Amino acid sequence: MRWLSDPLLVVEGLTMRFGGLVAVRDLSFSVGRGDITALIGPNGAGKTTVFNCITGFYKPTSGLMALSTDGAVDPDAVAALTASSRRYALREDAPDADGLFLLERMPDFEIAQKAHVARTFQNIRLFPGMTVLENLIVAQHNRLMRASGWSLLGLVGAASYRDAEREAVERACFWLDRIGLLARADDAAGSLPYGDQRRLEIARAMCTGPVLLCLDEPAAGLNPKETAALNGLLRAIRDEHATSILLIEHDMSVVMEISDHVIVIEYGLRISDGTPDSVSNDPKVVAAYLGVEDDEVAIAEAEAGL
Amino acid sequence: MSAGGNGSTRSTLPPEPVSMREAARKAARDALPWALVTLGLCFPIILLRTEQDLSNRIVLNVRPFLTLGLVLAVFLGRFLWLLAAHLPRPKAPAFPRLDLAANGARWFPYVGLAALFLFPFLSLALAGPSGAIKWVDNFGVQILIYVMLGWGLNIVVGLAGLLDLGYVAFYAVGAYTYAIIATYVIPATLPVLGPWAFWICLPLAGLLAALWGVILGFPVLRLRGDYLAIVTLAFGEIIRLVLINWVALTNGPSGIQTPRITFFGLPFTSPNGGTTVGSLLGLPGTPTVHRSIFLYYVILALALLVAAVTQRMRRLPVGRAWEALREDEIACRSLGLNTVNTKLTAFAMGALFGGLAGAFFGARQGFVSPKSFEFLESATILAIVVLGGMGSLVGVAIAAIVVIGGIELLRELDWMKSIFGEDFDPGQYRMLIFGLAMVVVMIWRPRGLMSARQPSIVLHDGKAIAGAHVKEGHG
Repeated sequence: MRWLSDPLLVVEGLTMRFGGLVAVRDLSFSVGRGDITALIGPNGAGKTTVFNCITGFYKPTSGLMALSTDGAVDPDAVAALTASSRRYALREDAPDADGLFLLERMPDFEIAQKAHVARTFQNIRLFPGMTVLENLIVAQHNRLMRASGWSLLGLVGAASYRDAEREAVERACFWLDRIGLLARADDAAGSLPYGDQRRLEIARAMCTGPVLLCLDEPAAGLNPKETAALNGLLRAIRDEHATSILLIEHDMSVVMEISDHVIVIEYGLRISDGTPDSVSNDPKVVAAYLGVEDDEVAIAEAEAGL
Repeated sequence: MSAGGNGSTRSTLPPEPVSMREAARKAARDALPWALVTLGLCFPIILLRTEQDLSNRIVLNVRPFLTLGLVLAVFLGRFLWLLAAHLPRPKAPAFPRLDLAANGARWFPYVGLAALFLFPFLSLALAGPSGAIKWVDNFGVQILIYVMLGWGLNIVVGLAGLLDLGYVAFYAVGAYTYAIIATYVIPATLPVLGPWAFWICLPLAGLLAALWGVILGFPVLRLRGDYLAIVTLAFGEIIRLVLINWVALTNGPSGIQTPRITFFGLPFTSPNGGTTVGSLLGLPGTPTVHRSIFLYYVILALALLVAAVTQRMRRLPVGRAWEALREDEIACRSLGLNTVNTKLTAFAMGALFGGLAGAFFGARQGFVSPKSFEFLESATILAIVVLGGMGSLVGVAIAAIVVIGGIELLRELDWMKSIFGEDFDPGQYRMLIFGLAMVVVMIWRPRGLMSARQPSIVLHDGKAIAGAHVKEGHG
């Protein structure tokens, strides 16, 4: 129940309207620090919309999304920050400082840069014409940009930049080793097989040093062996890297096996929220996924006078 | 005209074994409609021709032999082309491979550099002092200006993937910065700096052009693809129209006569017999030759500076961000890259190099006017970048040599008169031949001469990335 005792991200009253269509309606949930949280629901339920709101690719119509990298989200601090006109409050004046972030006010790149939320995409978005290694170096852009003195030091070949670049390569190699792609570091990312591309996208997101990793259907298109390896990777990320995971997934073997917390939405509304066991036994969830028995439909129709 | 053109010549499968006689019959059947279409096309434009005779009357000149010759040529050409597919072919690829870098030809840039440094003296030795001016100035300097412009635009289009159709605007900003400051500002304020005008204006021109790059960058940040192209096109035209209409500053369409470049303060020509470079160093030849050779080395140094800075930036976070932006802008934002800054730095760097080239152009030409900065210039520079292979410095340089050198070489088509008769004016066909050559090259190598991309950092062993994986950007 870490999502209640130590929430990393608190979403309250999130609504996203596209013209007349309400994709997400007054949705509230919390993501616990150190948890793997799964966001599930039938097709078109609004899961990816929620992701796009959290990562800043959509500006929500209304709602609050508070993320704290500095202990549990404190309602009083959130209220104080919301009353101000600021987007975030850092504990100290440093580039990678911890703090409290109001995601609904921040542009997408700043959410990745300052609030340290990383994401992957349902349709893989690598840099296909760059090498596997380059993909992971680009992910460390902000750190390297500072080390290169906003290019001025780097242009004259300063040692500080060369050190920072070596460090970046080491971090990239750690993740390449972790996903078993070290040997292919110099190949074009677009030339990798599909399953490798999926893992590379996760590694690239991890190279940004995220506190929250948002994965949009990471197991889509993977075979059972690759799915098992993915489960191991995600558990390792949670246990070894102080990174919490929020994932959208249709593969229930992934969801039920590795999640600590499951949130079910349908038609943009939250219909269930709890541990995997409690959610899988929730009749509303069963109805949303499998439909209801014929006699129940008959009763409902009789009640409606049909 | 592809009747029966079932692409058998391009098929990867070996042609089925048919007898030569059968193949010839098929080829003839295929070539016949080609000949008929040619005849139809030739009828109104080649066969019948009206001409004025000496008393200004129009007479009809019928040219059956020329028409017949053309029809026969098309027929035979198609016939032999089809027949050639049935001959036993060697295993080698049909076209020579040009991926020099991909094939490990690392010597190429060095040999190219040495040739560039020796070029003025080679042309002096081969063509003599008077003939060398044409080669050094019309070819060497002209080509190197476009190499530099191509490398500048390459940052915006080739690396960052932002389609810019108004690049000539920055070239104009640089040229006019030089013209205005060197002609009006310096003589009016500090005339003692007069001989140094070019060297003072060069950095100013670069900085002002970069500023204009940022000014253009802001409004187009949200635009992509066709929309970005249209707005940059409009920007180029706006700058040109301002140059034409702001007569008080730019002297309008009549242009500005600018001071000539000096050898670090020492003039090449002196009207009243003062010290010149030639007289001081006791050089042979005319001052024009001295100036051409000096100009050549100035533009060579500027172009190499652009190449060095570009190569270095590709290995810095900002350069990798440009390429990542070309590959996938959304992924960039998800990784915390500020795409606004990334685009603005790309526009600013591209414009900076364009401005430097512009200042050089002003000093070399001795005259700037809006005529030099029309859309055709932007199109030529873009053609160089696309033809060279977006992102490749060597490719862009080769493309500049081919395009600019080709246009200049096509001025020398007088030998065609011996084929088509004395009243044939080859100058009229210059752009037609050039356009056809461009089409052929783009069919041959649709992603440019050098489509492979060199990685900016290597872990195990460096190998080029096939062009097929590299994105072209969405604008």
